[in-house]
Amino acid sequence: MKLAPAIASLAVLFAAPAAFPADPIKIGLIAEFSGPFAAYGRQIGTGMKAWLKEHGDTVAGRKIEIIERDTTGPSPEVAKRLAQDLITTDKVDFLAGFGLSPNALAVAAVATQGKTPMVIMNAATSIITTKSPYIVRLSMTLPQVTEPMALWAAKNKIKKVYSIVSDFAPGIDAESAFQKAFTAHGGEIVGSVRVPLKNPDFAPYVQRAKDAKPEAVFIFIPAGEQSVGFVKAFAERGLRQAGIQVIGPGDVTDDDVLEAMGEPTLGMITTHHYSFAHDSPQNEAFRKAYASVSGAKQRPNFMAVGGYDGMAAIAAVVTKLGGKMDAEKAMEIFKTYKTESPRGPIEIDPQTRDIVQSVYVRKVEKKGGQYLNVEFDRFPHVKDPVKEATKEAAK
Amino acid sequence: MSVAFSLPDARWRAAEIAFWIATGLVFFVFPSHLVLASQVLITGLFAVSLDLVLGYAGIVSLGHAAMFGTGAYVAGILARNGWGEPLSGLFAAGLAAAAVAFVTSFLALRGEDLTRLMVTLGISLLLYEAANQAGVWTGGVDGLSDMQVRDLFGVFPFDIRGRTAYLYTLAVVFLVFCAARRVVHSPFGLSLRGIRESPRRMAAIGSPVQRRLVVVYTLAGAMAGIAGALLAQTTQFVGLEVLGFSRSADLLIMLVLGGAGWLYGGLVGAALFLVAQSLLSRLNPVYWEFWLGLLIVLVVLLARGGINGALTRVSARLGLARRQA
Amino acid sequence: MLSALPGVLFDGVAYGSLLFLISIGLSVTLGLMNFINLAHGAFAMVGGYACVVATLRYGLPFGVALVVAFAVAAIAGGVLERVLYRRLYGRSPLDQVLFTIGLTFMSIAAATWVFGSGQQPVRLPDTLLGQTRILGVDVGIYRLFLIAIVFALASGLALLVTRTRFGARIRASVDDARTAAGLGIDVERVFSVTFTLGSGLAGLGGALGIDVLGLDPTFPLKYMVYFLLVVVVGGAGTIVGTLCAAMVLGIFDVAGKYYVPWAGAFVIYALMVALLLLFPRGLLRRIR
Repeated sequence: MKLAPAIASLAVLFAAPAAFPADPIKIGLIAEFSGPFAAYGRQIGTGMKAWLKEHGDTVAGRKIEIIERDTTGPSPEVAKRLAQDLITTDKVDFLAGFGLSPNALAVAAVATQGKTPMVIMNAATSIITTKSPYIVRLSMTLPQVTEPMALWAAKNKIKKVYSIVSDFAPGIDAESAFQKAFTAHGGEIVGSVRVPLKNPDFAPYVQRAKDAKPEAVFIFIPAGEQSVGFVKAFAERGLRQAGIQVIGPGDVTDDDVLEAMGEPTLGMITTHHYSFAHDSPQNEAFRKAYASVSGAKQRPNFMAVGGYDGMAAIAAVVTKLGGKMDAEKAMEIFKTYKTESPRGPIEIDPQTRDIVQSVYVRKVEKKGGQYLNVEFDRFPHVKDPVKEATKEAAK
Repeated sequence: MSVAFSLPDARWRAAEIAFWIATGLVFFVFPSHLVLASQVLITGLFAVSLDLVLGYAGIVSLGHAAMFGTGAYVAGILARNGWGEPLSGLFAAGLAAAAVAFVTSFLALRGEDLTRLMVTLGISLLLYEAANQAGVWTGGVDGLSDMQVRDLFGVFPFDIRGRTAYLYTLAVVFLVFCAARRVVHSPFGLSLRGIRESPRRMAAIGSPVQRRLVVVYTLAGAMAGIAGALLAQTTQFVGLEVLGFSRSADLLIMLVLGGAGWLYGGLVGAALFLVAQSLLSRLNPVYWEFWLGLLIVLVVLLARGGINGALTRVSARLGLARRQA
Repeated sequence: MLSALPGVLFDGVAYGSLLFLISIGLSVTLGLMNFINLAHGAFAMVGGYACVVATLRYGLPFGVALVVAFAVAAIAGGVLERVLYRRLYGRSPLDQVLFTIGLTFMSIAAATWVFGSGQQPVRLPDTLLGQTRILGVDVGIYRLFLIAIVFALASGLALLVTRTRFGARIRASVDDARTAAGLGIDVERVFSVTFTLGSGLAGLGGALGIDVLGLDPTFPLKYMVYFLLVVVVGGAGTIVGTLCAAMVLGIFDVAGKYYVPWAGAFVIYALMVALLLLFPRGLLRRIR
């Protein structure tokens, strides 16, 4: 009967002592480290550590300490509990991480209540940054990387597109962002289908798309076994032989899963903000630091670069504050943040606290025995189109 | 599990009183772990509701999240649309979940154990997909945010340390638990145990088996709905996972860990599972599932009948008279 | 739309074959031995990883890798049966559920530790890739291959259970262990061989399934619903029932996705509930 308190008393052993000025800068990293989305947490966490490896873990005289917490998957109540504990017990200076949107959305209110800056390193639903003035995003929004795909397709004489998206909120966001921009530029959607989230067999959907005889198939599905399943069905149904191009935001050719999918991905054209193959000294340094931290031959993907850039932004803010933390001032500094990241030039839009960045058009090619997303065109200075549309409407 | 043939003794025993005093003391002893503590209580209440169905009436269910999720969404949708008063929200959520339980009971109560297991699972998965499709109301996978839960009694705001949330949760869980305890100790509760042991004999002595099962399933549904609403109100967010498979599966694990057919098994199991999960995942965010799995395996191998079984044997060895509830 | 029907039917049968393959191991342990082995998916995962390691690290041909997958999973199952499972045969179903879920958790973490959390690459031999044309219908070669394996496996197993001495021993041991032992059947050995066989089949199914399903450490939990669904709808204890259930579910699911995609997610669950209400004891018992 006394079991619960007895176990809970163990918890005290792990609780941190109260903070005092010479303490390190504490970052509470809330991400998915176990369960089906474990790759998210690993990518984000390793990305942050890669930055520390490259630049040292002391900023403005204060050591950086990352406290990792596992949300166990899409589990808003756990994410929120972790955030509350991190703020009230561990007294963290920043909240960071957030691979999945529901986890970020549930924590938003805690960031406001606890007046703690919250750095989004992956979650891509547009509305997240509107939920708290303490949120800043260094990853992307889905419409931001999807709209350029539509513009590029329309410009490159692709007229008829069949759209396949996963049947959940991000999928619907991607579908509407693409369709709106594509039809506005003279394209035609010859058919569209939403695929259930738990769907082991893509063949019927791909067959439907093939039967509609489009010039291209637009695809958005979460990376992982879903994209593996799609790519297999795509290859088996011979869509490439039928001359049908695959286009979509970069999730389907995610660098983390690309090698596992292999040959059938060749020639797929996607738009995204980061490619492992991006050619720049910054990216070279990032890849090196990442490899030395992760040890394995696991590639960094866009989530890793989100973690890396988020860590860089936090460090820049701490430096400007001279090591003396102040949440309000920190947010002001975040709003003017601008840098050359491994993905290219990025900056924060001071009005929305959302990221502004280049979006690249890439094609999967095989180079030196590796499958790579090779960038060949780019849209500079892209803002989140959803928020831009709201701004327009408000005028 | 021995079956009592006289009306069960409904008096509160010392150990029970101590248990509830201890949960009250948590508020003072662990002020920095109140959020976890309230989530333990909420999940515990959810497990107690499964215990009514499984431990007492013998209906296996792998879809209890259907009612939990219904309650959570009802409370969430009300609070987002301007009805932020928590108590009436709880009430509405309990009613809605009871309605879902009543309607689905006619499907869930047919067949044998495995059939029931899969039918209940199927119902909860269908609701999950429906909630995903109804993004306008539920927010789909992104979850339902912007809940405006008003201050409790118009006085106590839900604070970041979770103090109000804990006391609110504790009070609600205790009251609902008392109701469940009342049910279990009534002649109705006794007849449920009879049905669990032998539905055919109960029918032969004139007990309306089917009707009793529908009633207990509906009651348990209301309890699960209240638990869901509590989670929604204290988190001020509803994620699609309130209806997920793992919510039902973890619940079953917790109940069996604590021991079914005991009422306290749900609370003890939830505490053990969630506290272990929280501690282990702090120590090792990536591989903690291994240790949790090991813990579960060891409990099965070493403590037959869950924690309840272990406690019974220990107290028997110590020569303490301990009667089954 | 109707012109697509033969293709849809073929895909349905192929998908049904896949469902059968990933569930058949469970059908053996649950159906024949009355043991609720929720860690079934873990054995399938073991087979999957064994296949990946055999083909990619040791360069073995796919056919050999399938044998390796069966063997590795069977050995794992055989050892675990000796050490752990045996103690739980007499215990309540809930204890079995709890125990095997615990094992599943451990297997997920262990797989993450050894192989990392990412998706594993699966390389099929070129002869199994692409499509071929049969009777005017484009059919995937790998799908054809799966269907062939399924029919070979199902008939082999059905014969084993109903026509051989060993099959008779299994049925006798499950129905009444004490009497069977009294008749001189080594019940312990029969169970242990059956469990080993079931685990091996799970591994084989995993290895064959990963090309479509993908392979990462959460495999055992992710597809648990599907294993259970097929076995329970088919009716515990019959190989042919499992086959029927897999085919019905496969065909309707694929047809649903093709013809009414907006309802795609609901088809398989709604069908499961409907079938269970119509045939509460499983498809085959009613058909008989």
